[in-house]
Amino acid sequence: MTATPDLSTPPEIGGIGHSVLRREDDRLIEGQGDFLDDVVLPGMLHMAIHRSPVAHARIRGIDSSAASAVDGVVAVVTGELMAAHNLAWMPTLSGDTQAVLATDKVRYQGQEVAAVIATDPYVAADAAALIEVDYEMLPAVTGPQQSLSADAPVIRDEKEGQTDNLVYTWESGDAEATDAAFESAARVVSLDTFYPRSHPAPLETCGIVADVNSVTGQATVYLTSQAPHAHRTLFALVAGLPEQNIRIISPDIGGGFGNKVPIYPGYVVATAASLLLGTPVKWIESRSDNLISTGFGRDYHMRGELALDGDGRILALRADVLSDQGAFYSDAQPTQFRAGLFHVVTGSYDFPAAHVTCRGAFTNKAPGGVAYRCSFRITEASYLIERLVQTAAYEIGMDPADFRLLNFIREDQFPYTTPTGFVYDSGDYHTALRKAMDEVGYAELRAEQAAARAEGRLLGIGIAHFTEAVGAGPSRTYDIAGLKMFDSAELRVHPTGKAILKLGVKTQGQGHETTFAQIVASELGIPVTDIKVVHGDTDNTPYGLGTYASRSTPTAGGATSMVSRKLADKGRKIAAHLLEAAEADIDLAAGTFSVRGTPERSVTIQEVAFAAYTNMPEGLEHGFEGVSYYDPPNLTFPYGSYIVVVEVDAETGVWKVDRMVALDDCGVRINPMIVEGQIHGGLTEGFAKSSMQWITFDEDGNCIGSNFMDYLVPTAWETPRFELLETCVPSPHHPIGAKGVGESATVGSPAAYVNAVIDALAHLGVRNIDMPVLPDRVWDALESAS
Amino acid sequence: MYPPSFDLTVARSVAEAVDALAEGGEDARILAGGQSLIPMLKLRFAAPSLLVDINEIAGLDLLERTNGHLRIGATARHADIVASDLPGGAVASAAPWISDPLVRNRGTVCGSVAHCDPEGDWNSVLLATGATVVATGPGGERSIDIGDFVVDFFTNSLAPGEMVTEVHVPVPAGASGGAYMKLERKVGDYATVGVATHLELGGDGTISAAGIAMTSVAPVNRKASDAEALLVGEAPGDELFAAAAEAAAAASEPRSDVRGSAEWKRNVVRVYTRRGLEAALAQAQAG
Amino acid sequence: MEISVTINGTAQSHDVEARQLLVDYVRSTVGLTGTHIGCDTTSCGVCTVLLDGVPVKACTVLAAQADGHEVTTVEGLKADGQLHAIQKAFKENHGLQCGFCTPAMMLVGAALLESNDDPSEDEIRWAISGNLCRCTGYINIVKSIQAAAAEGRAQ
Repeated sequence: MTATPDLSTPPEIGGIGHSVLRREDDRLIEGQGDFLDDVVLPGMLHMAIHRSPVAHARIRGIDSSAASAVDGVVAVVTGELMAAHNLAWMPTLSGDTQAVLATDKVRYQGQEVAAVIATDPYVAADAAALIEVDYEMLPAVTGPQQSLSADAPVIRDEKEGQTDNLVYTWESGDAEATDAAFESAARVVSLDTFYPRSHPAPLETCGIVADVNSVTGQATVYLTSQAPHAHRTLFALVAGLPEQNIRIISPDIGGGFGNKVPIYPGYVVATAASLLLGTPVKWIESRSDNLISTGFGRDYHMRGELALDGDGRILALRADVLSDQGAFYSDAQPTQFRAGLFHVVTGSYDFPAAHVTCRGAFTNKAPGGVAYRCSFRITEASYLIERLVQTAAYEIGMDPADFRLLNFIREDQFPYTTPTGFVYDSGDYHTALRKAMDEVGYAELRAEQAAARAEGRLLGIGIAHFTEAVGAGPSRTYDIAGLKMFDSAELRVHPTGKAILKLGVKTQGQGHETTFAQIVASELGIPVTDIKVVHGDTDNTPYGLGTYASRSTPTAGGATSMVSRKLADKGRKIAAHLLEAAEADIDLAAGTFSVRGTPERSVTIQEVAFAAYTNMPEGLEHGFEGVSYYDPPNLTFPYGSYIVVVEVDAETGVWKVDRMVALDDCGVRINPMIVEGQIHGGLTEGFAKSSMQWITFDEDGNCIGSNFMDYLVPTAWETPRFELLETCVPSPHHPIGAKGVGESATVGSPAAYVNAVIDALAHLGVRNIDMPVLPDRVWDALESAS
Repeated sequence: MYPPSFDLTVARSVAEAVDALAEGGEDARILAGGQSLIPMLKLRFAAPSLLVDINEIAGLDLLERTNGHLRIGATARHADIVASDLPGGAVASAAPWISDPLVRNRGTVCGSVAHCDPEGDWNSVLLATGATVVATGPGGERSIDIGDFVVDFFTNSLAPGEMVTEVHVPVPAGASGGAYMKLERKVGDYATVGVATHLELGGDGTISAAGIAMTSVAPVNRKASDAEALLVGEAPGDELFAAAAEAAAAASEPRSDVRGSAEWKRNVVRVYTRRGLEAALAQAQAG
Repeated sequence: MEISVTINGTAQSHDVEARQLLVDYVRSTVGLTGTHIGCDTTSCGVCTVLLDGVPVKACTVLAAQADGHEVTTVEGLKADGQLHAIQKAFKENHGLQCGFCTPAMMLVGAALLESNDDPSEDEIRWAISGNLCRCTGYINIVKSIQAAAAEGRAQ
């Protein structure tokens, strides 16, 4: 890798490192954002979905006559009709199939059974409620342990050769070396814990406006899509439409967090309906549609074991997980990793052996396994290892901070190959944790904790030091449904020196219209205000895999740098021509090409751009534009040290966060203001999941958590205040040294909150309370301990 | 989600509202703040044929102290209680904890009282303070003791064609205090456990009247009568409050659910009753 | 039924169904799409408008109930071509990410500042606790409202 060029720019250019105010805000603060539900087309019809009220039942018959009779209803679509067009089932992102509209059985509460197309959304809802389905009830399977027992009903009986509910088994690491280490261990520490089912729940639900023109065959699909190009390809494959005739437009997105990565049945039905009716069809999920049926996250039952030597050093790790996949295996994750990147579970620690085993099971619950701001199961992995090391520290009587400092990978060990095969790019974990400890006043807090305990008060200090693995590709290892995970950028500088940058990724609030312009500003010296960023329209942007898994900066950010450098190279040639100097003598800094040694001989990037269209040297193509497809050589590995201080009300179990100190190292920060905003959001989601947010099911498979009265999103009142810190160890292989940050705080923080509550109770022997750490669970733990 | 179809009458007087309600028959409902009713319509848990909107009736939003009572009119919003200096004790304590600020801007006390949701806060406050509900119907106006008004799970004792027009909360002449302790998972959530407490002190400092009522721990908002009886006539103190808290916990019938176990909820009733009584006492003693 | 509503200062009349929600009226009938929809249960507050100056969740008010009243939406914050102080503050303090809850947050903030020109952090957090945000963790929303308050006091 060549050395990173000097990318510093003055504020008026506003390149990397400047907290440039966001370009996208101007429309959003005036209510002029263009969200999916704002799309209105002439003659547009509205779709409502009738869903199964039960978790598992055979469909004996569907009576849609009353629905069809409602004034304003244009069509009622059932699985039978979809089957006639070979669209009753669709492929998932993990190679399984998923029912679009149920034909044989319903397999979870909320599954799509029929759809009504009407002239008005109120009428569509009226009619959808009138559809009557005759069900033959079947026993519901609501947990993976139950699902894998011998007498469980086979949920996926339509799959040829499927005789049980096992989805997959997968393993990573070295079983033999791990067993040997455990045999030689002075001490073995274990933890069983459960990461409950959660949901991304962006405030804007998912939706589509499908507009298939029956004359031209052109399908314009407005979609809440985090990955428009990948979706276009999948639409082409599922619906059999020629790909050039499909245009996916992903307008402003009201939050994604992973929810808008998969393709949902409603999209397929609306598109089919538009195709059959020849009119645009809009479908917008209600909140209950969203929470009951679309991609959940987590639902992971985990056991971890650490082998320790007599000094408290980790020798090896064993992890075994059982994943509740719901009724269809639809994880959005790289093909070869059946459990995502869970095998990053060795975390921030240096030890030689690990073995990870994973099983997935079908249950009568909604499908998902989609990252909820978590990079392919890294959240679960990070949670397990950070809870486990905390447990180990208590068990051997060592301070949890000391235990981490003893076992951390050292700065001089990078690049570091983990026992499960990741190659961590860079880091300095000791400095990070020590800095966070200094900020929070760790030693003083421990003293305060002891004093509080003497008074009968419960104070807890929880640490989590996470290491993320983000930015997929490299394409040799990472793909989604076979599509390789590179990403792209296309840059055109116009004659006046103003530029347009087109991206294959898609912002959902991360500020791409600003940060990617900042990369170009740093590379070429074009002021950020002169650069328009275009994204989310497959007809007008280069192919890319989209925005999720904290991958936009590592991949498309790299592509933006690389395409800028292509233009810089061409610019040097043009500048050499204009300055009558040798190309090798031309330097570019902050938008000025100058002759080395005689800096007064210079031309600006704007002059060079003009010359590209008006005064080109012989032998050079006109124009000033390029495209780059960037395939990163490795993942990037952002990390952080989080410390949470809580006080627990011993009488009720209610706990409150007093402090939350979060140090993040995500390499070079393109826009510090935006990075901090991303961290704030992630810390809040971590707080939500650790304290209140989960989806559970009763024994009949009824979903509890299908609206915002049950699925709890914290308000400003409950949300803790955060104190942010940073260090910066750049990624050595990324063109600008950036690592990605969107998910770090969601990955790292849940363990910190939970560890803090456990820490408050640790002296009583409490080692685990599963999330969400509800007050009754805390109180129960206290009662059983005393 | 969208409400089913219904007719709407916008009443300009109580008489008009009562007439419309009578004409509408069984399936007619009063629409006050609508913060419970409209979500129920959207979720299609309710399908009334007629809604009678009372928001445009002049003077129905009254909030005043007269004749030893705090009078709360049918369209007085929760936010009006929060903003006013008139309420004290458990009423003032509860108001900021009703749902969330925007719901408080629209939702009404009387609507919540009439709704008789056992997870609603106001009926516990009214039970603890000994309030009266004023109902107006085809036969005119009548007062109903809150204990008689709250009949069951989502059931009140209004006669067909009657609507709640006011709530009267007594304002004791002597030293008194009250509190509403609410454990909620987040702002806007229903109470996991709520306890309203109310104490009046005699000239000698002993408890002359006591009220305790609980939210979300029984099929109705429940008055802890045994606990109240323990307190009256006694000098306030830690042991007495602990005994009352124990009696309140015994009177609760919580159910285990996603909010927590029954055993824990009963414990929270115990803790919150004690803390509520301590707060009420401190307020009463401060005058 | 026929209703007359003053929206962002302009009188409008429409024939609406009794059951139409105010949020659908504002978005679909009037065509002001800055007001959003996020839930079914009066929980999220992204549909917030000011009804006679008071923030309410427009998904839980009937359009017919706005008859004879004034409704202010995000599109009405700008006056005489000038952004409202709260709008400027949200941009300058990174008070928004995806922007979906932003119109509601700004309206609640603006209404708060009408009655309290120097709210404390707790008062701001309390005031916006009927409105959810999934992106920001509220930190910069609070900061934005504080900045708008300071701007208002300076004038």
